[in-house]
Amino acid sequence: MLIRTRELAKVYRMGESEVHALAGVSVDIDSGEFVAVTGPSGSGKSTFMNLLGCLDRPSSGEYRLGGKAVSSMDGDQLARTRNRQIGFVFQHFNLLGRTSAVENVALPLVYAGVQKRERTEKAMRVLERVGLADRAQHHPAQLSGGQQQRVAIARALVSEPLLILADEPTGALDTRTSQDIMALFQELNRQGMTVVVVTHESEVARFARRVLHFRDGRTE
Amino acid sequence: MSLGALLHIALRALAINKLRSALTMLGIVIGVGAVIVMIAVGAGAQARVEEQIRALGSNLLLIMSGARTQGGVRLPQGSSQTLSEDDALAINQEIPDALAAPALRGGAQVVSGNANWSTQIYGTTPEYLQVREWPLAAGRNFSAAEMSGAGKVCLLGATVVRELFGGADPLDEVIRIKRVPFTVIGVLETKGQSLMGSDQDDIIVVPISAARSRVLGAPAQARSRAVSTIWVKVADGTDTKEAEAQVRALLRQRHRLQPGVDDDFSLRNLAEVMAAREASSRVLALLLAAVASVSLLVGGIGIMNIMLVSVTERTREIGLRMALGARTRDILGQFLVEAVTLSLIGGLVGVALGIAGATAIAGFAGWRIVLSPAAIGLAVAFAFAIGVFFGFYPARKAARLNPVDALRYE
Repeated sequence: MLIRTRELAKVYRMGESEVHALAGVSVDIDSGEFVAVTGPSGSGKSTFMNLLGCLDRPSSGEYRLGGKAVSSMDGDQLARTRNRQIGFVFQHFNLLGRTSAVENVALPLVYAGVQKRERTEKAMRVLERVGLADRAQHHPAQLSGGQQQRVAIARALVSEPLLILADEPTGALDTRTSQDIMALFQELNRQGMTVVVVTHESEVARFARRVLHFRDGRTE
Repeated sequence: MSLGALLHIALRALAINKLRSALTMLGIVIGVGAVIVMIAVGAGAQARVEEQIRALGSNLLLIMSGARTQGGVRLPQGSSQTLSEDDALAINQEIPDALAAPALRGGAQVVSGNANWSTQIYGTTPEYLQVREWPLAAGRNFSAAEMSGAGKVCLLGATVVRELFGGADPLDEVIRIKRVPFTVIGVLETKGQSLMGSDQDDIIVVPISAARSRVLGAPAQARSRAVSTIWVKVADGTDTKEAEAQVRALLRQRHRLQPGVDDDFSLRNLAEVMAAREASSRVLALLLAAVASVSLLVGGIGIMNIMLVSVTERTREIGLRMALGARTRDILGQFLVEAVTLSLIGGLVGVALGIAGATAIAGFAGWRIVLSPAAIGLAVAFAFAIGVFFGFYPARKAARLNPVDALRYE
């Protein structure tokens, strides 16, 4: 089992009151799955995503990623896990401006301590995989939205992670480009990559093979 | 993460906002530049004072005749001829650590061939050259016979040689001082300007007996032994204060002054005068240092300010880097290196401008400057320290951001 959560909960304190953003979620995701996480805003799907991505720590419950207990990791271990085992794709691409596509893609390898030449080689290879090898030297501002998201996906792939976490990856794209991006995720999944996509659009969720629907901090 | 990679990120970030980076550096540039100029000029002034002390002769006491009161009016110092050649002799005999040379002084017109020149005539003894540590460039000092017989011989200062003889050799030539012929037997080394800025080389030294009887003395004084000045050199390694007290006691005794009566002469320790001058130049340097450090402080605060702005502006970038695997220390390092890069580049530019400024001052104002590598190294190290000190808080602020909040930051 790649992902295994048991009674995962997250409580935020807002002054006097407590907000139960996540109220005990137990989910298993196998390696090679393509899962869509859906639900209305405030349903806890973003909180769940942050916990899966090791960006945040749960208030209680257990989370194992690839057999390792994430709940007990310290900050550096979490950073290392994010670096080696998770590839993030964001709604607004989050590429560094005035920085070429290939350098953006290579960024996670900088924090992995990979030498520059090897970084560039690996980055070029994944850029080829997403079909953007000819745009390697372009800056984000010179690329279309769909191309920028492809660069971001290449960046998520470059460190050969266990899973790709995509948070509303089509939220900033038009319908046709959205279809292309989701098709790319589908293709990556077919090649064996585990993909978890958070979305509130049912058309996007349709690309996944399994849907986790969130409501009031729980799965339905 | 390697320092090279951090430096690469820092330089790229600074290059994006070139004007802002340059303006932020300006405080450090001015501060470091001011420090460099201040140290260069201060060290130059000190070197000049030290040189003047050396030119004057070290451990020097100057005794001048006291003032006389005539009808209730105090006349200027030296108006009363209370000192005599015998006082100088007594000092030489009674105080083994002191060497005294009496001197009479006056102006005179001198002529050599077609050239003539108005200069200062100094009547003194052969000890004078030793007391003033003033070697001869050529020729010889006065002989005993010339001293006792009011020999018509003279030593010329470098300026007088230049004015009267141009490039020619003056030795054994005859010049006329107030129409009296004198033979040139020696030429003095160049001594340069005095503390007061007068030309010490504009001088002719003659035996005191000759000065009194043939050049300076009014007929009535010709037989007197009075002198206006006695120079005293205290031997190296002897306490000048101690020697000063001995000389004072001896003169009071010889002049038969009762306890409680004022000295009828004035005794000045020139080394002390010089030390006071040196101290005042040091105070000036300290004042400049204070101004420069205020500028450096303001520059440091400017860096901190801009780094805080930068951290806020780049919150999302920080969140992204964290999501991609940057550890706390990577983010801390990134912003710390950026701040230090700012201050260090500012420091280096400041050093360059400071050296240029100091050189310009040396050129235009004619001041002596001394550029010491140690001072320059210290200024650069200080700039570095400012970067670390004022960059740390913003960098820590960046490193402590929560990745989830940072990614969501609008």
